[in-house]
Amino acid sequence: MNKPIRVVSVFCLLLFLALLVNATYLMYVRSDSLSADPRNRRVVTATFSRERGAILVGKEAVARSVPSDDKYKFQRTYPEPFKYAPLTGYFSWFSQTGVERSQNAVLSGDDSRLFVTRLVDLLSNSDPKGGNVQLTINRAAQDAAWNGLQALPGDAEGAVVALEPTTGRVLAMASTPTFDPNGFASHDFTAVKDFSDKLNADEREPLINRGIGTTLPPGSTFKLVTAAAAIESGNYDADSMVPGGFRFQLPQSSDTVPNWDGGDCGGRRITLTQALEVSCNVTFLTLANELGNDAMAEQAEKFGFNSTSLEDLGGQAKSLYPRDMDAPQTALSGIGQASVTATPLQMAMVAAAIANDGDVMRPYVVDEVRAPNLSVLDRTDPQSISKAISSTTADELTKMLVSVVDNGTAAPAAIPGVEVAGKTGTAQSVPGRPPYAWFVSFAPANDPKVAVAVLVQSSDTSPDEIGGGVLGGPIAKSVMEAVISP
Amino acid sequence: MSQTGSLMGFVHRRRRGAELFLLVLALAVGVGAYAAVGLGVEGAVPADMVGYGGWLTGLIIAAHITVRLVAPYADPVLLPLVAALNGLGLAVIHRLDLTYEAMGNDQHTFARQQLIWMTLGVVLFVATLVLLRDHRVLQRLTYTAGLVGILLLVLPFLPVIGRNINGARIWINVAGFSFQPGEVAKVMLVIAFSGYLVLHRDALALAGRRVLFIDLPRGRDLGPILAMFGVSMMILVLQNDLGSSLLFFGLFLAMLYVATERPGWLVVGGLLFAAGALAAYTFVGNVQNRFNFWLHPLDYYDASPGSYQLVEALFGQGWGGLIGRGFGNGFPERVPFAYSDFIISTIGEELGLTAVMAIILCYGLIVERALRIALISRDGFGKLMAVGLGSIVALQVFVVIGGVTGLIPLTGLTTPFLSYGGSSLVANWVIAALLLRISDQARRPAPRLDPVDDTSGDSESTQVVKLR
Repeated sequence: MNKPIRVVSVFCLLLFLALLVNATYLMYVRSDSLSADPRNRRVVTATFSRERGAILVGKEAVARSVPSDDKYKFQRTYPEPFKYAPLTGYFSWFSQTGVERSQNAVLSGDDSRLFVTRLVDLLSNSDPKGGNVQLTINRAAQDAAWNGLQALPGDAEGAVVALEPTTGRVLAMASTPTFDPNGFASHDFTAVKDFSDKLNADEREPLINRGIGTTLPPGSTFKLVTAAAAIESGNYDADSMVPGGFRFQLPQSSDTVPNWDGGDCGGRRITLTQALEVSCNVTFLTLANELGNDAMAEQAEKFGFNSTSLEDLGGQAKSLYPRDMDAPQTALSGIGQASVTATPLQMAMVAAAIANDGDVMRPYVVDEVRAPNLSVLDRTDPQSISKAISSTTADELTKMLVSVVDNGTAAPAAIPGVEVAGKTGTAQSVPGRPPYAWFVSFAPANDPKVAVAVLVQSSDTSPDEIGGGVLGGPIAKSVMEAVISP
Repeated sequence: MSQTGSLMGFVHRRRRGAELFLLVLALAVGVGAYAAVGLGVEGAVPADMVGYGGWLTGLIIAAHITVRLVAPYADPVLLPLVAALNGLGLAVIHRLDLTYEAMGNDQHTFARQQLIWMTLGVVLFVATLVLLRDHRVLQRLTYTAGLVGILLLVLPFLPVIGRNINGARIWINVAGFSFQPGEVAKVMLVIAFSGYLVLHRDALALAGRRVLFIDLPRGRDLGPILAMFGVSMMILVLQNDLGSSLLFFGLFLAMLYVATERPGWLVVGGLLFAAGALAAYTFVGNVQNRFNFWLHPLDYYDASPGSYQLVEALFGQGWGGLIGRGFGNGFPERVPFAYSDFIISTIGEELGLTAVMAIILCYGLIVERALRIALISRDGFGKLMAVGLGSIVALQVFVVIGGVTGLIPLTGLTTPFLSYGGSSLVANWVIAALLLRISDQARRPAPRLDPVDDTSGDSESTQVVKLR
């Protein structure tokens, strides 16, 4: 009987070999792909229980992990929840948003740049820790932006974005209404689910970061783009005489468009500077009509329309300047109506580009990432993404915008002793809804340190051009002051 | 203690010292793992460390002394392997107990119960070795064992004591104790098959006709295999127990092949198995599900019935990786029944591929020792029993570890010596005792056949002892 016993032995050997090979395949080869499965709660829970790195603004944390005595060991907390929610986002057991999401690898400690740290942790048998993320935000500017939005009358909805024109650093990004990320970070997952459901069902959309996620018609602030395109065409400068008057006859249509105040902008022929000062619709409708869809679209795209630019924060909506608009729509686009939409970030980028000699810098919110031992792992370098206008055009526009603050509609943003460039805007929305008030500005005009865009989506406001100046101007002013005079 | 040489000039040594040394290593595994669980989960060596270690050591020493006294020539590797696996299993079950308690369930005492069952297992191990001095006695019980085996399989269907737990009707409940009679039936059936086949092997082996280089058996000899096939299918359909069904049929097939030396039986058996599997796949929805879960486990994660358990086990083992997360740093409690059928996924998650490989190798060694015993055994009955017992371990390990690691469709079976489960543990200790008894007989020097008054060793050269 020994021969079949040997056969059985070989068969058993094969069975055990198959087990060994399969175990190796499962636990070594397939290990990574199994860990990458989003349903794998082990990985999530392990990340959740780790000492996650802090998100810093200035020297203080706006998100950090503190020891907790339940089974997850650490509790994520947000000391200034509402003010910084659009930036930090939230970190819950289910998902993350904002910087918590975009910098998750560093914060959780899984980033490849933290490999050495991880190895040391493994050898010294200490729990892995996450790295820290330093934001570009200027604390005073963020305070000014947030306080300004909170001071708006009624249940205001709005956003403020401030950029450093020469680098693209985001100095402030506030949005209202917003949410408390601490509600998401709770270890009581049922409560988190309820909290999340409630916010998702809220008509005022508190989860949206309006600074980058809401696109609305930019109204008269878009006249900056129209003016830029006109000057770039070579046929205009700040003193060129342009058509004013009461009404503009839309091409291929019987409709006419009046000025916002029903006036004639000061005459049938006015300077381009004067047209911008009084925000003359007739002038910019005429210019856009004359330049045409292609030239306008090209200029808008150079400023960043029709693409996204923010790489270290999720949720940026594309600002749109459609390339297929007919003649009347193209004319209307000259005053920021028709199908043109923009985010506050986009309008801040327009102002920043004018302030920065025409160079559009890529906006960014993450300044540095640091290892748990505080050594700097990576620093974001400013990066130019396009040359929107020549520096002479930029100078002309700056000159005109200073005049808008000194003599025109943007007067509320004037800062004594500082040259401020600014432009108001009010865009029509659906009937029965208050118009959107915009304000873009930068200062000081001769050496720009900050460019701001303010959007007030709904508030108790009069539906005229002053709206943008009255509501947005003071907020822009306080943000600029916070940056200029610390 | 006469180490008389045989004609072949080779006599097995007793090797009890080697066994003792290996047992010390095995105890280090068991007691060390228990301490590591305490350190990993609670941050301190368990309070009952000394009591637990002492109890475990006492059991192992008792088993060792018994072997020394009544089976001095027994295989020296088997007992240490069994002891190491049992000790590690206890530690892992204790680790799960701690987590289940922390999750708010009331006190969990699976490890304590398992230790009690192990004690009973060792008592039966000792009793088997002491009472059964020659395994050939069991040949007399061929039909009794067969009858008892069948009765044990039928017990769960009896109205008062039968229990249906987790969809499989394989339990009985007597005086508060749950028991799986199928585990004991395995041993009974090995005895019955061995006795039957050793008597009828010639009839089953000689007659037949040759088709395509393979001798196929006669139709009238198909009776036993068909009967066994019927029993297997009955277990599958009535008890809804795919694993046991596969185990019993595979066991019978292996023994039939070894007894008759006729590969033809494997062909017949293989065809029957294929037909049975196809029928099961077609008519038993449960089997179809298991097959789908095996092929596409990740697709049925959220389904009901779904592959949640298997996928969680795969996630856990994948997360464990090469060296595991360490005791207390994994989440084995996410896998339902992590302490019984899925204990290997717990080990994979917390001790890693390294430990899983070590465990598979331990089982491989057990099977290798069993088959080696079969090779050197001097009597056909012993050979068949050793093959049968070794095949049980091999098949059971392959089916359950293969299922949990996704190699083959999942079927419920316990992992020998590791899994929580009294009936399985006790039965496996008896299997170990039987293997040791057969090996003691096989390795023992051949008895002197010459008269006692023979004065010199010269006669040994005239003595013909057929060892193989």
